[in-house]
Amino acid sequence: MAGKYDLLSEQGLRLDGRRPHELRRIKCKLGVFEQPDGSAYMEQGNTKVLAAVYGPHQAKGNQTESVINCQYSQATFSTAERKNRPRGDRKSLEFKMYLQQALSAAIKSELYPRSQIDIYVEVLQDDGANYAVALNAATLALIDAGICLNEFIVACTASLSKSNIPLTDISQFEEVSGGPKLTVAALPTAEKIAFLEMSERFHIDHLETVIETAMAGCREIRDILEAAVKEHLLHMGSASDFAKVG
Amino acid sequence: MSTNAAIDLALDRVDWRDLAAQTEEQPRVYTPGEVLMPEAGFMRGHGTFVEDENIKSSVAGVIQKVNKLISVRPLKSRYVGEIGDVVVARVSEVQQKRWRVDTNSRLDSILLLSSVNLPGGELRRRSAEDEQMMRRYLDEGDLISAEVQNIFEEGSLSLYTRSLKYGKLSQGILVKVFPALVKRRKMHFHNLLCGASVILGNNGYIWISPTKGQEEEGGEGGFAQNLNEHVPRGEREVIARLRNSILALAKCKLMIYDTSIQYAYEESLRYEAHELLQQNAIYDIGQQTQARLRDTDE
Repeated sequence: MAGKYDLLSEQGLRLDGRRPHELRRIKCKLGVFEQPDGSAYMEQGNTKVLAAVYGPHQAKGNQTESVINCQYSQATFSTAERKNRPRGDRKSLEFKMYLQQALSAAIKSELYPRSQIDIYVEVLQDDGANYAVALNAATLALIDAGICLNEFIVACTASLSKSNIPLTDISQFEEVSGGPKLTVAALPTAEKIAFLEMSERFHIDHLETVIETAMAGCREIRDILEAAVKEHLLHMGSASDFAKVG
Repeated sequence: MSTNAAIDLALDRVDWRDLAAQTEEQPRVYTPGEVLMPEAGFMRGHGTFVEDENIKSSVAGVIQKVNKLISVRPLKSRYVGEIGDVVVARVSEVQQKRWRVDTNSRLDSILLLSSVNLPGGELRRRSAEDEQMMRRYLDEGDLISAEVQNIFEEGSLSLYTRSLKYGKLSQGILVKVFPALVKRRKMHFHNLLCGASVILGNNGYIWISPTKGQEEEGGEGGFAQNLNEHVPRGEREVIARLRNSILALAKCKLMIYDTSIQYAYEESLRYEAHELLQQNAIYDIGQQTQARLRDTDE
């Protein structure tokens, strides 16, 4: 069964040498730009994403609700084969909609009547799980902008090897090698799922374990992001001794 | 031909975190969704919400307790206005009997025609002609200094300029920083020793202008704007240096108030004004200013 294209070797290692439950290396940074209200940079393996948040600011028109506006764009140089247009294609529009849906589950929009929050996401390098990394970057940027959230919203992908072992955080190579891909965006502490997407079929018996794997990945990512946010806050605040001036 | 190009190698990159490294005691910081305390006996304030009988934080920041009121202050956010704040604002739209101005807050702010001092006396009726003349007083794009008079229900601010110290701004430079970096203090108008005036808007907009002589100050009703007046080169250099010093403070995340600006300005004198745009100069000024501020605190 374990053929050339299985996602898991006989030794139980994945194509890039990870164990089934291991995430890729995560690096993130908050406050990378001066101009927007909040910004973040996130790397998960070789997937690299920048996010910027403008707002909340006055919404155009007369609606009383708050507006969450997203843009998902993928740099033309982000893929192995050069893309023609960075945004506006079907996939970007779909991702943009999914981002909007997932983020509106986290943002406390009742606090922002008549306001608009703009979230711009740019994928600089595509190495799989773009949506998940884009959402994680957007979360960090929202936190940097001081926007009220219910909690961290994080996304993680999972797959299933031929030997029915679930895999966390799949890379581009694993994606194209033909495994199924399940993306979960969750509020990990509340254990609520805000968004779920599946790209290929597998037997329903495995659905629960794969979702649980993705959720475990979400919790792990949340802890990493939280640590990054705290570190950023301490660095930002302690230069001025947390505003204890005269 | 000689050029002023400066090349920064990645090797010489400044690590801004060093500025923060010297503090010993660090407060507890909270992140969104983190439990602050059980709800019983406490009141939830800004930046918090109640879920499952616990008060949770909804922003990333430091906790503030006032008696039983618990709130979390984010270190960086849009301007949240309070009555009495001094702000610097830009007119974005002229409407019926009011101006819409941008104050870097969540919603546009309002300046009513009735809350400005019109030329020709304090107690003057606002006539229909005044309404037609509104664009003469303040046009789109004009900068003003004002005070927050009132906060409407959805959170938009109502401003007023009915004092001679407020009004239209004339010649100077606008610097934008995070609102949290400008602390609420008694004084927000300063004539600095270096020969320039600053208005530290609570909304993070800072106005730097040449200091006016005594005879010009006041009495202009707040709408005179003399763009033909010549500002000598020396004063312009002081203003440019001041701008760069304030931006250096902001870059180093140091609080911006009269003392810190004065210190940063003094430290910056070791550099040419244009050198203050370079990373290591900014870092050096930040470090020196921080050290001096801590010395004076103790």
